[in-house]
Amino acid sequence: MLLFIALIPLLGALLPLWAGGRRGRDVSVWTTAAVTAASLALLLWLSPVVFDGVVLQANWPWLPQLGLNFTFRLDGLALLFGLLITGIGLLVILYARYYLAERDDLGRFYALLLLFMGAMLGMVLADNLLLLLLFWELTSLSSFLLIGYWHSRADARQGARMALTVTAAGGLALLAGFLLLGHIAGSFELSTVLAAGETVKNHPGYPVMLMLILLGAFTKSAQFPFHFWLPHAMAAPTPVSAYLHSATMVKAGVFLLARLFPVLADTDLWFYLVGGTGLITLLFAAYAALFQHDLKGLLAYSTISHLGLITLLLGLSTPLAVVAGVFHIINHAVFKASLFMAAGIIDHETGCRDMRKLNGLFKYIPWTATLAMTAAAAMAGVPLLNGFLSKEMFFAQTVYQAAAGGEVHWLLPLLATVAGIFSVAYSARFIHDVFFNGEPINLPRLPHEPPPYLRAPVEVLVAICLLVGIAPAYTVGPLLAIAATSVVGGPLPPYSLAIWHGFNLPLLMSSLALIGGALMYWQRRRLFRLGDRYPPPDGKALFERGLNLGIAATRRLTEGLENGSLQRYLALLIGVALVAGVAGAWQGGELTGDQPLPPVDLLSLLAALLLVLTTGLTMLWHRQRLTAIILLGGVGLIVVLAFIRFSSPDLALTQLTVEVVTTVLLLLALRYLPSDALPESMPSRRLRDAGLAILAGIGVAALTWGGLTRPLQPELAEYFLATSLPGGGGANVVNVILVDFRGFDTLGEATVLVIAALGITALLTGGFPLPIRSSPRVVSIEERWPLLLRMGARPLLALTLLLAAYIFLRGHHLPGGGFIAGLMTALALATQYLAGDFRWTTAQLNLDYQRLMGGGLALIGFTGLVSALFGYPFLTSAFTHAHLPIFGDFEIASAMAFDLGVYLVVVGAVMRILLELGQANAEENGWKP
Amino acid sequence: MLNLAVTLAFTLLGVALLLTGWRLWYGPTTPDRILALDTLYLNAVALLVLTGIRFASALYFEAALFIALLGFISTVALCRFVQRGQLFE
Repeated sequence: MLLFIALIPLLGALLPLWAGGRRGRDVSVWTTAAVTAASLALLLWLSPVVFDGVVLQANWPWLPQLGLNFTFRLDGLALLFGLLITGIGLLVILYARYYLAERDDLGRFYALLLLFMGAMLGMVLADNLLLLLLFWELTSLSSFLLIGYWHSRADARQGARMALTVTAAGGLALLAGFLLLGHIAGSFELSTVLAAGETVKNHPGYPVMLMLILLGAFTKSAQFPFHFWLPHAMAAPTPVSAYLHSATMVKAGVFLLARLFPVLADTDLWFYLVGGTGLITLLFAAYAALFQHDLKGLLAYSTISHLGLITLLLGLSTPLAVVAGVFHIINHAVFKASLFMAAGIIDHETGCRDMRKLNGLFKYIPWTATLAMTAAAAMAGVPLLNGFLSKEMFFAQTVYQAAAGGEVHWLLPLLATVAGIFSVAYSARFIHDVFFNGEPINLPRLPHEPPPYLRAPVEVLVAICLLVGIAPAYTVGPLLAIAATSVVGGPLPPYSLAIWHGFNLPLLMSSLALIGGALMYWQRRRLFRLGDRYPPPDGKALFERGLNLGIAATRRLTEGLENGSLQRYLALLIGVALVAGVAGAWQGGELTGDQPLPPVDLLSLLAALLLVLTTGLTMLWHRQRLTAIILLGGVGLIVVLAFIRFSSPDLALTQLTVEVVTTVLLLLALRYLPSDALPESMPSRRLRDAGLAILAGIGVAALTWGGLTRPLQPELAEYFLATSLPGGGGANVVNVILVDFRGFDTLGEATVLVIAALGITALLTGGFPLPIRSSPRVVSIEERWPLLLRMGARPLLALTLLLAAYIFLRGHHLPGGGFIAGLMTALALATQYLAGDFRWTTAQLNLDYQRLMGGGLALIGFTGLVSALFGYPFLTSAFTHAHLPIFGDFEIASAMAFDLGVYLVVVGAVMRILLELGQANAEENGWKP
Repeated sequence: MLNLAVTLAFTLLGVALLLTGWRLWYGPTTPDRILALDTLYLNAVALLVLTGIRFASALYFEAALFIALLGFISTVALCRFVQRGQLFE
């Protein structure tokens, strides 16, 4: 059941795409809302058990060898976050429907939103560190897409990129931290890790691990100094901001701190790192928020500041501080979501977000203004609203911490009050500057009340602010209790969720903050002048400079290594091999072994002579390209004969087919080159290359000599000979290795082949410049396509196909197999194109090679999946004997289907490449495919 | 008797191989070399058939069949290129 909570949105992400494309906006909204509601309903359905204090768990093994499992847990913390994610998600879905313009693709938006929601749910529910990280990265990715939703805007793209860079870099640190943590705790399962708190904290690796994990959490939660990405992420559509920066994305970091609280917290290092970062972030961002003129910018910095507050509370490590922190997570999510939405309404209605122009909107949109002002008051911490309660608890904790002594003394409550003053001041600015303070200045349009559905989500959220603020114990009390319990990992000390605790220090601090904030806002002009002179530093410039430096450095490195000269690459490659070989040989050892050489017969010697001759001639005449190709054909043929002579028929067959395909391919490519090549390098360079070549040749000869004079190591061969028939159902070891023992490699190679074919297609699309040469003279059809050739090629096709089928079918037991059969088929087909009219042949054969290779690849994957379906590892082959009349006994193995896949891939890819290269020639005759 | 014939044939084939090698080297024109390569293929076929007879194994005949078939395709492609300057039209 638990699995589905996260899975429903992840899978459901496809629905709005489908609905949006076909049905229109409203269907899109309803499907998305239904998907979200389903997750929410599941959560609520499971929640009574969680309220009873039970931790629900579910697990499916995924890669148990790596410690990665689909394990989920639903405890108080997960439930709280789950409810926030789905609940606010629902409101955002409704809001976005009316916020986004007609021209925006709603289906794509909802799909991304659901993807993100599923990732968030998976993250909060995960009971496995690696799984958690997986979902964590998925939130980074999907939020990147969401922030960059208006991808035609440069600021959206930059903001998205920055968010991704910062959070993904943090994710890498987090991965390292998790690996360390899992190593220390002995398991990646959270249930185990959470119980291993003492072991972890006493481990010498604790500081490094903690810092890595904190890097991940701080980047995600936009803590100082990684906060700068968040304000730039405001380029996202407002529904995205409302969702990402209230309840979800940025809360992931504090969620992680809360999640790992029992393992990591309550050490000095934790206190100073987490508490210190939180405090700095709280102060700095509250200060910076006041100077933002952009409405969403103000909210962005206030978000950072509030995240700093939560981080600080978690850093204080006392159970009550945790309660306050968790409480503030809820409150902040609620009031910040409503504030973002209200800001979105204002932006939507006026077309402007600049607070220097937005003035006196109250009389145009009184109802929205009231809602926004209530939410802003909650943000400032005004009594009777939810923000007041958690802020009061926060003040109480700082006082408590100071009273308990320690090094911080009274600085902490003092700084907390200062932060409170700033927070009140920017909230006051949000209220006063936007809704009062004179008349609007040069607005694109004068606002009026938005459509009721655009406002409805804000109303709901503000109502929650009020309800929680007035009757906390009856509304969020139980949820807060179980969430905080699961963070602390034990029973909570008594605390009271009341508005009135009597006259005490926290109340004084609250009042001071309210009065001080009001005063500060009143004196804002003086402050703004100050702020203009000493603007708060912007991390963006620094970030971009660092990024550019990195890019420039990598570019220099790449250009230094990869300058486009193939000779140079080869020289480097061979040079390194030489150095390595010489270094190896330096350590001594006998070159010649004790195995006597086999006797030499005259014919083999003759063939070797021919081989040397043809190879030498190829080298000598390599600039006359056609001649070189002919000579290479000779070299290949002799190699084939050598393979036959030394009894490796599989190799011989492969070599033969590859040889001919290569000849055809080279001839096709020759068309693009001038017929005679010019020397490409300076004489000195050629001398160097010749030296390298000779040295490498000597090295290879020495190696071969050493190998030939030593006895074979038969263990591996014996193993394969002994196991291939019983294990793979085939007597042809080579084939069984390809389709069974190393089937996974073959799958990879087939994929590479397909990619190469597609890559060549892509590269050659749009034509390729041909060297100018005299066009073939106009000739008769007879001379162009000789009758003898045309007629001769046709029976050849049938004959070759028959042979290919034969080779293919027997391949599992005797030399042959899908690869060779595929090459032969491709050659037979190519001959048809060679012999006749290209266009006519294409029409006659009517084969879609791209589909052929795609189908082949799918078939290979499918056979693998079938074995997985029966509970065996991927690509396990099964086989059985069968008897057919006429054909006799033969084996039916699932490897056969696999081999068929290889066959199809080879035919498709080779034909695709040959035709693609050959097409340009045909196009000259007015033929376009 | 058969043994003698086979040995003789092997010797003659060796000479033929040498001669085709010479033709490949000497040329002088491209068609000469293509012909030499084709002859090389033919010699290889003959060689394999002979080896099959010598060792009384059918496996070599099969290899000969493949070389004959594929050698033809290679020759066709080369000829076509020399004649027309392109393979497909």
